[in-house]
Amino acid sequence: MSANRSTAGIASGRLSTAEYTANFGDLHAPLDRHEAHVEADRCYFCFDAPCQTACPTSIDIPLFIRQIQTDNPMGSAETILKANIFGGMCARVCPTETLCEEACVRNEAEGKPVKIGLLQRYSTDALLDRGHQPFRRAPATGKRIAVVGAGPAGLSCAHKLAEHGHEVTVFEIRPRLGGLNEYGIASYKAPDDFAQREVAFILSLGGITVETNKRLGQDFDLASLRADFDAVFLGVGLSGVNQLGLVGEGELGGVLDAVDWIATLRQTPDKSKLPVGRRVVVIGGGMTAVDAAVQAKRLGAEEVTIVYRRGQDAMKASLYEQQLAQTNGVLIRTWATPAELTGDAGQVTGVTFERTAEVAGKLAGTGERFTLPADMVLCAVGQLLTPGDLGGADALALSGGRIVVDDERRTSVPGIWAGGDCVAGGQDLTVSAVEDGKQAGLSINRALMGAVATAGAAHAAE
Amino acid sequence: MADLRTNFLGIRSPNPFWLASAPPTDREVNVTRAFKAGWGGVVWKTLGSEGPPVVNVNGPRYGAIHGADRRLLGFNNIELITDRPLQVNLQEIKAVKKAFPDRAMVVSLMVPCDEESWKAILAAVEETECDGVELNFGCPHGMSERGMGSAVGQVPEYIEMVARWCKQHTRMPVIVKLTPNITDIRHPARAAKRGGADAVSLINTISSIVSVDLDRMAPTPTIDGKGSHGGYCGPAVKPIALNMTAEIARDPETHGMPISGIGGVTTWRDAAEFIALGCGTVQVCTAAMTYGFKIIDEMTAGLSNWMDEKGYATLDDFRGLATPNVTDWQYLNLNYVTKAVIDQDLCIKCGRCHIACEDTSHQAIANMVDGRRMFVVKDEECVGCNLCVEVCPVQNCITMQPMAAGSVDPRTGRVVQPGYSNWTTHPNNPMAQVAAE
Ligand SMILES: Cc1cc2nc3c(=O)[nH]c(=O)nc-3n(C[C@H](O)[C@H](O)[C@H](O)COP(=O)(O)OP(=O)(O)OC[C@H]3O[C@@H](n4cnc5c(N)ncnc54)[C@H](O)[C@@H]3O)c2cc1C
Ligand SMILES: Cc1cc2nc3c(=O)[nH]c(=O)nc-3n(C[C@H](O)[C@H](O)[C@H](O)COP(=O)(O)O)c2cc1C
Ligand code: SF4
Ligand code: SF4
Ligand code: SF4
Repeated sequence: MSANRSTAGIASGRLSTAEYTANFGDLHAPLDRHEAHVEADRCYFCFDAPCQTACPTSIDIPLFIRQIQTDNPMGSAETILKANIFGGMCARVCPTETLCEEACVRNEAEGKPVKIGLLQRYSTDALLDRGHQPFRRAPATGKRIAVVGAGPAGLSCAHKLAEHGHEVTVFEIRPRLGGLNEYGIASYKAPDDFAQREVAFILSLGGITVETNKRLGQDFDLASLRADFDAVFLGVGLSGVNQLGLVGEGELGGVLDAVDWIATLRQTPDKSKLPVGRRVVVIGGGMTAVDAAVQAKRLGAEEVTIVYRRGQDAMKASLYEQQLAQTNGVLIRTWATPAELTGDAGQVTGVTFERTAEVAGKLAGTGERFTLPADMVLCAVGQLLTPGDLGGADALALSGGRIVVDDERRTSVPGIWAGGDCVAGGQDLTVSAVEDGKQAGLSINRALMGAVATAGAAHAAE
Repeated sequence: MADLRTNFLGIRSPNPFWLASAPPTDREVNVTRAFKAGWGGVVWKTLGSEGPPVVNVNGPRYGAIHGADRRLLGFNNIELITDRPLQVNLQEIKAVKKAFPDRAMVVSLMVPCDEESWKAILAAVEETECDGVELNFGCPHGMSERGMGSAVGQVPEYIEMVARWCKQHTRMPVIVKLTPNITDIRHPARAAKRGGADAVSLINTISSIVSVDLDRMAPTPTIDGKGSHGGYCGPAVKPIALNMTAEIARDPETHGMPISGIGGVTTWRDAAEFIALGCGTVQVCTAAMTYGFKIIDEMTAGLSNWMDEKGYATLDDFRGLATPNVTDWQYLNLNYVTKAVIDQDLCIKCGRCHIACEDTSHQAIANMVDGRRMFVVKDEECVGCNLCVEVCPVQNCITMQPMAAGSVDPRTGRVVQPGYSNWTTHPNNPMAQVAAE
């Protein structure tokens, strides 16, 4: 390879094969059996466990850890998957440091939580490796439900419904299933095609028909879904992105949307084929910004800078994520907002920023400017729902550009449920999308089965 | 520096740590290594009569209970007495004693239950110039099927008889090693004393099956598909050994009889506890088999540091100090009322105390205070049982605090009485002696 880290401009093949392999392999090595047993032994089997309360899907964490301790990984995985069918992915991508592990009482005891995420991975990996199917479908109900979007929200809903005996059809624009699990999550969090293995496991339950390359708002609309199905779930995520609103955006080469760039990266198995700038500037402060920056660095960019308009504590990326960026050699600069793109011969050459400050609680420019040279600018300033996709979205109440739902994830339109990133008030995390899908599935089941479901429950309680 | 020197039945050793009769003391090479490492003495692996030696199984002979990080908590074996020729052992004993004259060399013996056999072996052993003998009446497996070991140790009359023979046929001190596989340890100890034994040592191993292999459907260790019960030892058996030691130490018939404490001694602290209950020496097997002889460094240093801290110059300064405080339940002070108190600064809010008390005891720990997760003892329910203290993962977070005499116990509504009052005079006791006013 002729290129290296300091090759000017945008180039691929900056690293050796060994470096690519190391950089895009597992971020955290999985626990082996002995390590898992020792770690599991640290769990106190808390009463009304704080970790479980902190988990958006309420996984019975003390129970699944105890099942690891007693050498019952299949039972442990079942405990996890009952509450969260994406338990395997969540074990890899959840910001546990702000969820279960933050709540773990071992934090208070010694500042070191039980490694819940790694333990969860231990059990779910064991189940997937063995190809064990812990679920059985209830007798067929004859009900048909349409799920739009095959991300964590959509597939979690589909699985819950299939389990209850309903027939589910999932419509998805993209050729591969999994939503951002497949197209968005950082490569080193879920290597070895994990997203696809997990989706295959979820579908193996049966009762879920998938139609890819089908777009709501183009190939069909909400009205037709409502007519053809007994219920509809929308898990379309956020397919649009915010713009910086600068002159030259969309014209200058090298200025890219971070989510699109990551999607390309995820879909390119041979990372040496991926071009990356020598100097990369990432604009934004969320998980997307961090993932884009770290992956740019791991592709061999010489200098990567994240620029965020507020202070570090306001960044949506957790402290752990920020540190991950920093230990990967990414520079984080705060209190600056992009003001101007500079280019040469149609290629970006730098970004000029204006320093910012909080004045009376509002963010304002100070007038002071600085310029960072850049061959590549990745914009990670937030995603948007594309209302056009909702085919007559006027019918659905929105708030802040996202769909309004109630506790059961019912939209304002009867017969339509929604969940995941596309709904208002969410956390924009995989795990919350899974919870939304699960709750919507349970709500749809109750709505469709009504008296039947209640009678069944009463019978079971006898 | 505390003085750890020990004089047990006239047998001197530089410290009270002896290796128990077992594999660590089966050969000259092992014992030499032990003495070089600093062990105070050994009880040589049990010798049998002249003639073809016993044979051991050729498959696995050990089993164990482990903690999560493979810490060995309990150990089990189906090994027999020495499987090497008597003459080889005798020569080696003599050689080692000669090389290490300042260390205790006691020889363990187990021969058929007739006077001639004991007389013969004692004569042979005396030749080695060892310091004493230990009669192995404890081995619970294998040898007991041949009428030896615990088969003798379980019949006090046999113990007395053999002890008497031994005292008649040797000038050496005689220690009787007791089996714990008996209902009341005082009976064999009394028998040993009646027979004239100079001391008892205890415990030998406890009959056990450590686990069942659920694939082979057989006990472990499994030898060609079958298993046999073994003898249990190691940290797990210490509480049993301590109790049996205390029973003998405070029994009027055997009180004052020298005891060599055995069973689960793993650290200096374990040893100190045995000595506090009256033991003259302690013997160690499993800990050495788990970690090697180097643990002696921790044991001697730890014991000596603790003695310095407490101001005990010699072992005699604290030997037996705990014995008078071992009593029967009926003499425990019923006026002593305690309540659990949770230190909120130490509490990590795991809720174990709450659920343990709620599900299995007295519903005396609240889990919410003003809608917040918080664990607080309800004095009006707490019986002071100590369960919460034992299940709390944070040491000293929950403590049992005695109520002052004169205050009212909110559970019973009764005033806490001063002084001492026990079950023997309690009004609920149908056998109560009328308290002499
Ligand atoms: C770069 C990046 C990194 C992230 N990293 C993490 C992380 O480490 N941890 C974490 O917890 N969360 C992370 N997130 C957030 C997480 O990925 C999302 O919260 C989660 O995927 C939301 O799930 P969803 O099912 O709502 O949407 P998505 O995963 O976006 O799935 C929506 C699906 O719907 C399809 N779709 C959209 N419109 C239509 C239509 N009109 N018709 C048919 N199908 C349609 C899409 O193609 C997609 O497959 C990250 C997000 C990004 C962008
Ligand atoms: C493998 C093994 C072999 C033993 N062999 C004998 C023996 O030959 N004679 C004997 O008196 N005790 C024997 N014992 C019992 C020990 O001497 C000791 O009493 C018992 O193990 C308890 O001490 P510990 O907990 O320190 O191991 C043996 C113990 C083990 C583990
Ligand atoms: S909070 Fe920590 S210790 Fe308690 S149950 Fe959860 S993982 Fe275990
Ligand atoms: S400890 Fe030594 S003798 Fe025993 S099985 Fe292992 S290698 Fe063989
Ligand atoms: S067991 Fe101990 S640490 Fe846990 S809640 Fe109770 S007092 Fe607190």
